[in-house]
Amino acid sequence: MAVTLNDYLLVSGVLFTVGFAGVLLRRNIIIIFMCLELMLNAANLSLVAFSRFHTGADGLPNYNGQVLVFFIITVAAAEVAVGLAIIVALYRAMQTTHVEDINKLKF
Amino acid sequence: MATTLPWIILLAPLVSAALILLVTNKARWVSSMISVGAVLVSFVATLLLFTQPYPTAPNQFLWINLGAEFQIPIGLTLDKLSEGMLVVVTTVGALVHIFSLGYMADDEGKSRYFAGLSLFMFSMLGIVLANNFVMMFIFWELVGVSSYILIGHWFTKDTASAAANKAFISNRLGDFGFMAGILMVWFATKSLVFTEIAGHWPGHQHPFYLAAAAILIFCGAVGKSAQFPLHVWLPDAMEGPTPVSALIHAATMVAAGVYMLCRVFFLVEASPEAQSVIAWIGTITAVLAALMATQQNDIKRILAYSTLSQLGYMIAAVGLTSHEAAMYHLFTHAFFKAALFLGSGAVIYAMHHEQDIWKMGALSSHVKTTFGTFLVATLALTGCPGLSGFLSKETILGAAYEHNHAIFWALMGVAFLTAFYMFRLVVVVFFAPAKSDAAGHAHEAPAIMTMPLIVLAVLSIIGGYSFVAGHFIELPEEKGVFFVTALAVSLFAAGAAGAFVLYRGKKEEPLKGAIFTLFKNKFYIDEAYAFLIKWTQDLLACYAAWFDRWVLDWGIVRWAFAGGSYGLGLVLRFLQIGNLQAYAFLFGAGVVALIYYILFR
Repeated sequence: MAVTLNDYLLVSGVLFTVGFAGVLLRRNIIIIFMCLELMLNAANLSLVAFSRFHTGADGLPNYNGQVLVFFIITVAAAEVAVGLAIIVALYRAMQTTHVEDINKLKF
Repeated sequence: MATTLPWIILLAPLVSAALILLVTNKARWVSSMISVGAVLVSFVATLLLFTQPYPTAPNQFLWINLGAEFQIPIGLTLDKLSEGMLVVVTTVGALVHIFSLGYMADDEGKSRYFAGLSLFMFSMLGIVLANNFVMMFIFWELVGVSSYILIGHWFTKDTASAAANKAFISNRLGDFGFMAGILMVWFATKSLVFTEIAGHWPGHQHPFYLAAAAILIFCGAVGKSAQFPLHVWLPDAMEGPTPVSALIHAATMVAAGVYMLCRVFFLVEASPEAQSVIAWIGTITAVLAALMATQQNDIKRILAYSTLSQLGYMIAAVGLTSHEAAMYHLFTHAFFKAALFLGSGAVIYAMHHEQDIWKMGALSSHVKTTFGTFLVATLALTGCPGLSGFLSKETILGAAYEHNHAIFWALMGVAFLTAFYMFRLVVVVFFAPAKSDAAGHAHEAPAIMTMPLIVLAVLSIIGGYSFVAGHFIELPEEKGVFFVTALAVSLFAAGAAGAFVLYRGKKEEPLKGAIFTLFKNKFYIDEAYAFLIKWTQDLLACYAAWFDRWVLDWGIVRWAFAGGSYGLGLVLRFLQIGNLQAYAFLFGAGVVALIYYILFR
């Protein structure tokens, strides 16, 4: 059985859902952060899959999707650096990494 | 040559005003010389104009062009009417400028004064030369502005600045009607140029439309020529320097209304209703002003009321469809009234700025030249046979006799009153015993002031004869009715004699009684206006303030807008729960809803 585009997209969708569920349900902010990364990589996976299965007239894959993935990886790396710094600062200020304790943003 | 001369006449005073304001404001003597030079240029150019034939090529260029229906050219009219008016304006203007050199010699604001005079000359010449309504309206307003500047020349005096405001605001009332009239005329003819409108008028308009347009246009003249009920500004305008009163408030600006009516006489001609309104307004003004003049004590105010009364004559003449007679009287009146005002200026100068006639007296032996010229001008104004005023007033009375007997008798009464109040003035100021030290030691004005007086006195004598006036204006045809002439002469004699008998040797006003108090207080018209404004405008302002404070500020802004946003915020703040994951959930739900909407709607 050959692996088709739908299989990749299914895996990507599962990864994205798992990530989103984690973001919504987990309490530890570091776990939430990791789930965010999972969602980004789900998107990366589908982009690469699209790139691989959309071959042009010359039989080569459409590389646009793969180039975009490199951008996402770069941005995600930068985002991790900033995000972890924020989490460290947050922990220093509030001595917790649990989101339900961080609820100052209300009237 | 014939096409550039009128532009020189028009623009010379403008150049002078600009030069004075921009360059020579500090050098007062230079400013006065520039101004006098400019008016002399206009004067000489006007005289040269009479050696030229009327230009045949259209002397205009297009200024505003919004399609075929709305075009405003800048162009000049040259015909008998405008050239005659040019002579009046530049002659009187030149003499008044020269007189001002003496009268305003030591004034602090001399540069400002002469710049104002030049600006006035420019605006007045613009009215005279304009060939379309919009251009005339622009200069019309410019005349109002320069009149405002000159009345308020001594602006540190409260009365002067109040008088300037009053003049400007009263004029604006009339000008609003004028503007509406111009719009009506444009609406009917799709043109603003006088000659083109004349070709399309009356067209197929309803008589009511014709009358309304003519009467609205007449409103402009009511304001500028100070006719009842907007006459109240002219007597107060005497707060300005006396030469200004002579130039603006006697000879030229107030005559602009009459000139304008003559320029658009075809509008008046098309509507008999408008004619009777105009004739009656003129007559009412003439009668009221003459009655008020009999009890005034300020030498300039007497002359101001006399001006009102004479303007009433001219307006009545226009209403009696005799615009030649109106222009004729305007022409002669300009000279003798300017002579009277400049004469009163010389008297005031001699009396060290005293204007109350009951503090003067016996001046005939002290200021001989002034007295002589003043007497000549008085005789001309009162209609002494042989002088210019007699001839022109005669034509108006003749026209009244022909058209409307009620107006004729009213104007005859005014002729009697004119002789009475003018000789009251002459007797009290020049013959009655001196009533103050200043009157005893009065001294004659310098030659630069008496010279214009003499020129104007000569013009007052000969200005009415056809060998002078006939060159410059269109004279009405002679229709001497013996009855009219005889009655006018005997009323003149009766008025003059009455004044001599009543006022000879008197030291204070001999006429006392309720009716004379009424005249003295100008029929309480100013008070009536103040009352009217108090009960209309102030009441309206009071209601408007209440509406603004309670309905707008409190009701709409405070209650509806501010209260509404506060309540909305109060409800929306419950969505703000502070849990990061709840926000993420709402965000995700939103994205899902959006995708669902886009894909499956």
